[in-house]
Amino acid sequence: MSIVDVIRSGNEPEQGLKPRSQITARELLREVGSVLRMSEAEAAKLGDLPVDPSEDQTMIINMGPQHPSTHGVLRLMLELQGETVLRCKPIIGYLHTGMEKTGEQLTFMQGGTNVTRMDYLSPLNNELVFSMATEKLLGIENDIPERAVWMRMLLSELNRMSSHLLFLATNGMDIGAVSMMIYGWREREEVLRFFQKVTGLRMNHNFIRPGGVAADLPAGWRDDVLHLLDAIPPRLEEYDVLMTGQPIWRDRLQGVGVITAQEAQALGATGPILRSTGVPWDLRRDMPYLRYPEVEFDVVVGSYGDAFDRYAIRLNEVRESIRIVHQILDRMPSGDYRIQNKKVTPPPRARIDESMEALIHHFKIFTEGFKVPEGEVYVAIESPRGEIGCYIASDGSATPYRMHVRAPSFVNIQCLPHMMRGGLVADAVAVISSVDPVLGEVDR
Amino acid sequence: MSNDDTAQPVAPTMHGVPLTDSLGQRVLHPSREQYVKVLRALLDETFTMCADLTAVDYLTHPGRTLPEGVVAERFEVVVNLLSIERRERIRLRVQVSEADPTIASAFDLYPGTEAMEREAYDMFGIVFTNHPDLTRILMPEDWDGHPLRKDFDAGRIPVQFSTDFPARSGS
Repeated sequence: MSIVDVIRSGNEPEQGLKPRSQITARELLREVGSVLRMSEAEAAKLGDLPVDPSEDQTMIINMGPQHPSTHGVLRLMLELQGETVLRCKPIIGYLHTGMEKTGEQLTFMQGGTNVTRMDYLSPLNNELVFSMATEKLLGIENDIPERAVWMRMLLSELNRMSSHLLFLATNGMDIGAVSMMIYGWREREEVLRFFQKVTGLRMNHNFIRPGGVAADLPAGWRDDVLHLLDAIPPRLEEYDVLMTGQPIWRDRLQGVGVITAQEAQALGATGPILRSTGVPWDLRRDMPYLRYPEVEFDVVVGSYGDAFDRYAIRLNEVRESIRIVHQILDRMPSGDYRIQNKKVTPPPRARIDESMEALIHHFKIFTEGFKVPEGEVYVAIESPRGEIGCYIASDGSATPYRMHVRAPSFVNIQCLPHMMRGGLVADAVAVISSVDPVLGEVDR
Repeated sequence: MSNDDTAQPVAPTMHGVPLTDSLGQRVLHPSREQYVKVLRALLDETFTMCADLTAVDYLTHPGRTLPEGVVAERFEVVVNLLSIERRERIRLRVQVSEADPTIASAFDLYPGTEAMEREAYDMFGIVFTNHPDLTRILMPEDWDGHPLRKDFDAGRIPVQFSTDFPARSGS
């Protein structure tokens, strides 16, 4: 009976990890994390591969969905022999709230409030990719004022810093460096304080909108950013002392969760996972958007593809972001912060008091939204976790016909079975942490 | 008057499949039969990564623009491929009929499509044949219907709970 017949008969297959006797060879290959396919001749050259034990020597356990180190509601089913992980299957969906369906009900104007809640650790990147996709459909992507573009860059780089600082905190906590958790949260809070000043909220800003940004930078923003840029580098040095050179830290991370460049590409992994294997792939440099070609920064790559490389890459990407933000401060132009296109821009507040047309315009744009021409487009940018993409199909109305977000965490957690195979349960925690999934984005 | 002036402009193709341009992005329109063959050809052509695989339900918007020779069906599977070597993207849009919502799995060529195909199955009910483990991924196993279909109303269904927990062995 093929899978098609099973599904038609109304018996949905189970999602969980099943005993070996009940699964097919292909499913087993997937769950032990085999990625690349080789011919029988190639396989024969590798000699005798270790044979997995019989079922009575192994046990299947659940890790999560309420485990503190699974970063939310990720549930892993692990098959263990003693302390060694043989098979792994991530089970997700516990945080599924149908955000792509909600996105079809909200206008393009309102869509930002929805997408910003997906990857709640880098909300500004989500808004940015949604806005860029909408602007491309509208055909105004080259008309965004310079100040808005540089503000978007400033915010997305600061967001990358806050996201990576949180990674450093949780990674430290997972491995057992609990004081690191406090330090990481502390530094992230400073960045969020700046966001609060600019956008009014610590998270879920809905600040980057189709056509530009919601408001201009507040008075004194430059001093706040400079204060941040002065405060964080010495703290990064402290992290180096606390963790990078520390033998326990290195022993816990080096050689754990190894993946090769070929495997990472086959699995669709992007961001720090792909870069840890030595592939210098960063959309900011390789498929540039905003004004990234005009700023100088390095793409940080690793060489071993292990958890330590991914830690070191993120730590150094904070430094690169600081470098970029310094250049943004020097280059920040003056001017308008949103496009002056009556179609997508609401009238300024002062005009509403004196003009009936402005009032009607304001009312119409916030109740009905604006119509977006028919078409479909896929736009991708580099979020802290990898390639975040937005696929929008429009039927010419004010709401997206289909709004799909390519979430980097959703794709990246597929690497877990591969990275965990043959490792210890204790290392499983380090592996999950180094993939840095955000479950809000995995489940959407 | 030469023959060239009267001849129809030749529609662009790639690997024998209609090629269109959507706001500066290349889009291929293979049929379901050509799908895996085209994927294999693109994989050999350095498109080593499948960035995204999703589906669209065009139930309420049937009159979309498609190249000549491509018959619009209710569902469309959309695949975004990425070539790291050439820094290029290409998109595939495959028409999948409502009567027979099946398509071959890309798992053997791009193992990273495993979760994405499960998501497309879960949300749209499109069956990917030869997928190693085609189960629901975001919704519970006992969920009725496929939420992202256009005829699945949002917010107008009674809340479904998982009852019937299997009895624990031994109790």
